[in-house]
Amino acid sequence: MEARELVIVGGGPAGMTAGLYAARARLDVVMIERLSPGGQMLTTDMVENWPGDLEPVNGFELAERMRKHALKFGLEITGNEVGGISVDGGHKVVHTPKGDIRCKALILCPGASPRKLGVPGETELTGKGVSYCGTCDGPFFRDQVVACIGGGDTAAEEALFLTKFAPKVYLVHRRDQLRATAILAERIMQNDKIEVLWSQVPLAFLGKNGVESVRLRKLKDNTEYDLAVQGAFVFVGTLPNTLFLNGVVEMDQQGFIIADKNQETSVPGVFAAGDCCSKLLRQIVTAAGEGATAAFAAQRYLED
Amino acid sequence: MGENVLAVTDETFDAEVLKSDLPALVDFWASWCGPCRAIGPVVEELAEEYAGKVKVAKLNVDESPKTPGQYGIRAIPTLIMFKNGEVVDQITGAVSKSHIESALQKIV
Repeated sequence: MEARELVIVGGGPAGMTAGLYAARARLDVVMIERLSPGGQMLTTDMVENWPGDLEPVNGFELAERMRKHALKFGLEITGNEVGGISVDGGHKVVHTPKGDIRCKALILCPGASPRKLGVPGETELTGKGVSYCGTCDGPFFRDQVVACIGGGDTAAEEALFLTKFAPKVYLVHRRDQLRATAILAERIMQNDKIEVLWSQVPLAFLGKNGVESVRLRKLKDNTEYDLAVQGAFVFVGTLPNTLFLNGVVEMDQQGFIIADKNQETSVPGVFAAGDCCSKLLRQIVTAAGEGATAAFAAQRYLED
Repeated sequence: MGENVLAVTDETFDAEVLKSDLPALVDFWASWCGPCRAIGPVVEELAEEYAGKVKVAKLNVDESPKTPGQYGIRAIPTLIMFKNGEVVDQITGAVSKSHIESALQKIV
């Protein structure tokens, strides 16, 4: 069985930063990523709050830079899919289709995925007008009317991005004010192509071969109507990619991993960083910070 | 692009995919799509592993818009499994290798 000091599961900003720090600490480390490194940065058009980058940086490019940065210091990155982990005393075993890897310390950075609304028509019309990625699918909606569901930063950013293609973007939000950061909310209110539909919730996506409308309920008077759109983009939060862990480490009710201030989980020597963690703020910068802490804490753990 | 992955276009799609003797997996992608680039290595790995059993092809939706239009594709990456010119299964979004493999099992 392959044996390592440290294994990092997942290659988003948390995993790549952990990898950078671990490689510089000269640990015997491998980072496992099931796709190309980058995580949700790969679906982010512009990042405006990465400190030091004054001009907006494309998420894909930032991911590429982080990958090269970690590689420069000798991080080994391997493409593989972790199916589960188990803990055997001081040793941890990472299970993959290409074999098991034994390690002394483990950093979990599996990230999170877009949450689905769970309304009728959503699954059937995914890829046929229902989308969770404006930067991937926006160009298919040139000159078409679309709806964006949600009121947080992602919904606001994506609604703004979609105005590059769509002449009209409805932003459907269940509250009567946006949760998005003030600067984004201001841009939404100032954009002529965006109309916010306040206090409304989607009940279903309708259409035969593609989205034709979204059924909405107005929460103020409980009336329902069908809004004609050709695309519907859903940004209603994320769910952690932690099912594969099968409860080995402690999690909150939604499945986010509970880690202490040193990013250590309920299992000694197993750390977690990034969007998979139960926490207040999920950003590239917080993921990177936690990745650094996790790597440093793992190094301390290995020395003891 | 790996040596086992074939680039197809609107012009070659019929001959290379629909009339292919082998079942085919077509990856509809574009250069501006992050997740498309993310699953690239996985598709190449599968092309190598299924060489001789499945023809693995990539179609750039910017350069060849007609074919994705015909299949109603409005999201990428989209992977379509073809057998004897018919669509057997379709996957949207960047998914794991095991997910794609289970779809490939339906055409091999």
